[in-house]
Amino acid sequence: MEETALGLWGVPLAILAGAIRVSTPFIFVSLGETLTERSGRINLGLEGTLVFGAMSAYAVAVLTQSAWLGVLAAMMAGAVFGLLHGFICKFPKVNDIAIGIAMMQFGLGLAFFLGKPFIQPVAPKLPAIPLGNWSSLPQVQAALTINVLFIVGLILTFSIAWMLKNTRVGLILRVVGDSSDAARAMGINPNTVRLLATAAGGALAAIGGAYLSLFYPGSWNERISSGQGLMAVALVIFARWNPKGCMFASLLFGGAGALGPALQSVGVTQGYYLFYAAPYVLTLIILIMTSSPTTRLSGAPEELSLTK
Amino acid sequence: MAAEIDISSVASATRRFTLSRLQEELARRLEPLAITFLAILAGMGLFSLFLLALGKSPLQFVQLVYAGGFGTWFSLQNAFSRAAPLLLTALCVALPARLGLTVIGGEGALALGGLGAAAIAVPMLSVSHGWPLWIAMGIAGSVVGGLWIAFAGALKHYRGVNETISSLLLTYIGIAVMNHLIEGVLRDPASLNKPSTFPLPADGMFGKIWGMDVHWGFAIGIICCVLAWVLIERTTIGFAARVSGGNLRAAQIQGLPVGKLIVGFTFLAGAFAGLAGMIEVAAVQGSANGSIIAGYGYTGILVAFLARHNPLAIIPVSILLGGVAAAGGLIQRRMGLPDATVLVLQGTLFISVLFFETLYGRFKLFNPEMWRKTRAGKDGE
Repeated sequence: MEETALGLWGVPLAILAGAIRVSTPFIFVSLGETLTERSGRINLGLEGTLVFGAMSAYAVAVLTQSAWLGVLAAMMAGAVFGLLHGFICKFPKVNDIAIGIAMMQFGLGLAFFLGKPFIQPVAPKLPAIPLGNWSSLPQVQAALTINVLFIVGLILTFSIAWMLKNTRVGLILRVVGDSSDAARAMGINPNTVRLLATAAGGALAAIGGAYLSLFYPGSWNERISSGQGLMAVALVIFARWNPKGCMFASLLFGGAGALGPALQSVGVTQGYYLFYAAPYVLTLIILIMTSSPTTRLSGAPEELSLTK
Repeated sequence: MAAEIDISSVASATRRFTLSRLQEELARRLEPLAITFLAILAGMGLFSLFLLALGKSPLQFVQLVYAGGFGTWFSLQNAFSRAAPLLLTALCVALPARLGLTVIGGEGALALGGLGAAAIAVPMLSVSHGWPLWIAMGIAGSVVGGLWIAFAGALKHYRGVNETISSLLLTYIGIAVMNHLIEGVLRDPASLNKPSTFPLPADGMFGKIWGMDVHWGFAIGIICCVLAWVLIERTTIGFAARVSGGNLRAAQIQGLPVGKLIVGFTFLAGAFAGLAGMIEVAAVQGSANGSIIAGYGYTGILVAFLARHNPLAIIPVSILLGGVAAAGGLIQRRMGLPDATVLVLQGTLFISVLFFETLYGRFKLFNPEMWRKTRAGKDGE
């Protein structure tokens, strides 16, 4: 009865639920990329880091039967990928965008290679908090079952925003991102800062991957990511390198990503693939709207090769 | 007295110039060859360590790649067949790269090109087979693929949208559009488990190159590489493109039509990838279906970077990576390694090649400017 009572209201509810569920990896990857890009470097390889994070989290969770150890393993793996990217980009004449593409392919290949034995086993899931028990509708309850990582992501958003604005670490990051020369004059080595920022970015992106394999959709296979790592990079541009902007953009993308499944749940099956493409189309439209051929993007770190 | 000295020193300088000119040219040409060779060697070394860590023998791996991809006429033909789409998807990366653009959306242009080719074949099949059909399919595939990548190029020029991100997003969109159409209006109702377009009849498929077990797509790919080389290296349009790629502002000040060059080159790039899709349909699959999305677009990126975006160098590199792919099955069976092994090797080689970019201009042997500097120093003494 309740199913029919909800009727078409199920669509916005499912989109809201999806926004919360689907947005979490976007939040982590875009926060990570914000840190990296604020230091003046771009890591396009986060798609590879995300998938490798998903694989390593799932594998460690299967082996240790602890989802949180899986998240920790993913963070470490992601940091190693970031360190590798940061280390290679330190050398002159090396193109950070091209290295990102190579790291993406390397990460995907290595994840598929090492992840083969873990497609079958079942890993423990990350815990979720049921916030919808006040409602008698199962859909509402399902929609408000919120994963701990989503809450961690929200807290992280505000901590990073505060860190960038108010702390010495944030200041150093911004100086390096805006002018290598000014940083050197302050006695800061820009390459070291970028190395650490890329490692931190990789670790965060890998948490996004761990969320994919350990909560939603909650399994490991070679199609676990559908470009979230790449879209998150585009999303950082839209969010103008601002952590809070990343969070709102992630929620928007989560909603767009939930459109297809939500419509399917009320019986709209026509054009499934086109709804599935909605987040990509949305990303592209947003990129077109927010880019400019003549002026630099406002808020962009001056040293960023992406916008030069 | 002073005049005499001047004349003799000028004469000797001219003689030295003509003598060393050949040497200098040779040194310049050898630098990319030597550094790429070193990079591949280093990448293979790293990959060997990876295999050793897994308890597998790198030596056996190399032997199997040789046996499966190059050792016999049979395996070499297999390598040629697999190189066919790579030749074209690598051009999709290399052409825009000469203009300073990093386009990585070849996979989407290939998918839609294959779909366009298969779609135009359906109404034509009742009228004609053979050449008219193939030409129509080729044109349809290239135009669809071309428009797809030209869109990314136009967005870059007119809106300042980063072409790397937009072209990859367009790939996801293109594959979704393809899936939508092959499960919808273009679906052959007879294709139950694997949605496909209506299949080409046997005489509508590409034949084999004379005396070889390799389809004509390989020859088409090589011709396209040669044509692309002529366009870039031997025409004024190619020269204008190289100038724009070297320094965009300078090209604009010179009054070069940068916008037209970007849109034109990205169109051509996408057209090559679309043609690769058409060839996959007309020579391998017989219809457009999910199997044409096999990662050729992504391997093409690696081919183009290994070839340093030189269309002629794309030919041997494509055959090399085609051979590695051809040996994939053998490696899986004999060594018990998963199919992703080739992806790991490709990723390792890719990172290695980009890392070794840093060596350009470091070796005195390959950089005539450095010879002159020391020579000038000695003359000064």
